[in-house]
Amino acid sequence: MKFNKFVKGGLAAVMAMGMMACSNSGGSATTTTTEPTGGDAALKLGFSGPLTGDASVYGLAVQHAVEIAVEEVNAGEGVKFEVNAQDDMADPEKAVSAYNALMDWGMQVSLLTVTSGAGQAVAPQYQKDNMFGITPSASSTAVIYADAENSANPYGSVFQMCFTDPNQGTASAAYLKKHAELGTKVAVIYRSDDNYSSGIYNTFMAEAEKEGLEVVSTAAFVNADTDYSVQVKQAADAGAEIVFLPIYYQPASQILVEANKQGYKPVFFGCDGMDGILSLDNFDKSLAEGLYMLTPFSADATDEKTQNFVKKYQEKFGEVPNQFAADAYDCVYAVKQAADAAGVTADMSTADITAAMVAQFTSMTFDGITGTSMKWSKTGEVSKDPKAVVIQNGAYVGVED
Amino acid sequence: MAFLSYLISGLGLGSVYAIIALGYSMVYGIAKMLNFAHGDVIMVGAYVSFFAMTLAGLPFVVSALAAVVICTMLGMTIERLAYKPLRQASSLAVLITAIGVSYFLQNAAQLLWGSDTKIYPTILAGAVSLFGGQLSISYLTIVTILTCILIMVVLILFINKTKTGKAMRACSEDKGAATLMGINVNQIISITFAIGSGLAAIAAVLLCATYPSVYPTLGSMPGIRAFTAAVFGGIGSIPGAFLGGLLLGVIETMAKAYISTQLSDAIVFAVLIVVLLIKPTGLLGRKISEKV
Repeated sequence: MKFNKFVKGGLAAVMAMGMMACSNSGGSATTTTTEPTGGDAALKLGFSGPLTGDASVYGLAVQHAVEIAVEEVNAGEGVKFEVNAQDDMADPEKAVSAYNALMDWGMQVSLLTVTSGAGQAVAPQYQKDNMFGITPSASSTAVIYADAENSANPYGSVFQMCFTDPNQGTASAAYLKKHAELGTKVAVIYRSDDNYSSGIYNTFMAEAEKEGLEVVSTAAFVNADTDYSVQVKQAADAGAEIVFLPIYYQPASQILVEANKQGYKPVFFGCDGMDGILSLDNFDKSLAEGLYMLTPFSADATDEKTQNFVKKYQEKFGEVPNQFAADAYDCVYAVKQAADAAGVTADMSTADITAAMVAQFTSMTFDGITGTSMKWSKTGEVSKDPKAVVIQNGAYVGVED
Repeated sequence: MAFLSYLISGLGLGSVYAIIALGYSMVYGIAKMLNFAHGDVIMVGAYVSFFAMTLAGLPFVVSALAAVVICTMLGMTIERLAYKPLRQASSLAVLITAIGVSYFLQNAAQLLWGSDTKIYPTILAGAVSLFGGQLSISYLTIVTILTCILIMVVLILFINKTKTGKAMRACSEDKGAATLMGINVNQIISITFAIGSGLAAIAAVLLCATYPSVYPTLGSMPGIRAFTAAVFGGIGSIPGAFLGGLLLGVIETMAKAYISTQLSDAIVFAVLIVVLLIKPTGLLGRKISEKV
């Protein structure tokens, strides 16, 4: 009998733990508003992101960057913003509630959401309510297309500041073609059961064929694979000088270890999913030495705008901003540029604001810290030059073109 | 030469599967239950040896011993708390409990150590170079394969030559009769769990030394593959688990190398289905329950 009780107690503990693991930290959505100081009525700018929970590192980065950008904008000439940030915990359902809360508040322009899953859930509402939004970091094509599978039926009023996942493949192939000094024979190792990775892989291969980039070996793996020795050996046997890894940093670290074990030293090349490899616990940073990755932002860039942003961010929040923060910072300035150019004011109707913003975004050119001469297509995709970053002495260093 | 190199890395991977499969197989043979928490004991072993090396700064061998000791105790505790009270219950209830224990361990690890991946320190770098550098075999692979063979030999001797081993065989044949002959069945089952979990710790150390990442769900995939290996070789049979593990590792690596890196799992499981269709008890499984 005693044991039965114990088992029941144990089961309850299992369930309690399971629940904790699922819901992270419960609690209601939090709201933070930043009031502009004096002057005309401000444009109401809203967004939602994971301000608590697992992905909060992304949401907080966006929130911090928006805070800095809006402070700067409100201190200057032109349009002013009033900000409302909602917590969606990167959860699609909570994102819809957050959107409704923002609409009740009277949102006029939006930064949509921080994460893709949440963005996907709210994007149809933007079309329905004829609301303008530009997401800093929700990179899935499903955020801007109703039919993401075929990249058809764009929502029209939803824009992205970040590259869509497939565009990273195109940009990577173009970069490698242009920089033949890194090597000409390319091997690809990707994860076939992951949308992010296979999306990039497909567009990379298409662009490689178009550009005449020589791909000597392709190999795939699936989630929870432990052994990468075959994939690495195939790349080595094919004589690849560059190994393209359109995957997240965790399996990438395993591939670096395996290559080192086999004594194979190609140039590794990754996309934004590689961001974070240096912060892996107990990772031998020397293995990542010389690794290239395409990312829209590097914090050590020497231009004045980036340095100003990085300095302010560090002073205020005590850390180096990541690309989510940089994308968010650019979003605020892009919205400001469009609103100023179209003469948008807070007393206009939402429909007029949306029409003016969409017209501006599909025609203007924007220079930010995540790229220069950015343009947007009618479908909401951004086109900008990706920047390459290389790991030197255990730190990310921007590569000059 | 590429073929030989794939074969050896397949044998290395297969050896790890075989050591895990031995744990599955022994527990099944004696307690007649599928211990699905076995994979998660591996995970605990991996964390214990990881922290023993990085936080306490202990040498590799000592950290491996620490992992063995802690996993052995963990295995016995799990058996005592979760499975022993259900000895008379239906096998389904025990199975569900085993799945519960597995989730408990995974979530506990996530709470205690976080869900981010930790990189296992490098153990035994370097390789033997043969045929003028055309073929290189890492020391680690050699150690893994030798450890696996050693474990199998010792286990077979233990089962066949010692009194406890004899009692184990008796339990696996007929628990009721074994009890009547004066064998303490509960104690034998406890010992079986202790051995199985100790083996899991050794597998954990070898697995992480070869594929150096440590995370809370680390044990589930190797666990499932090893379970497949145990069924493949004939669950309940020690040489069967050994053979099944090695074959599974080699088939997986060869399928990746020569057919498709994407379809390797499908190929492995297709082979399993074919084997089970032809020989429903597995390669070395016998119809008469002369298992252990």
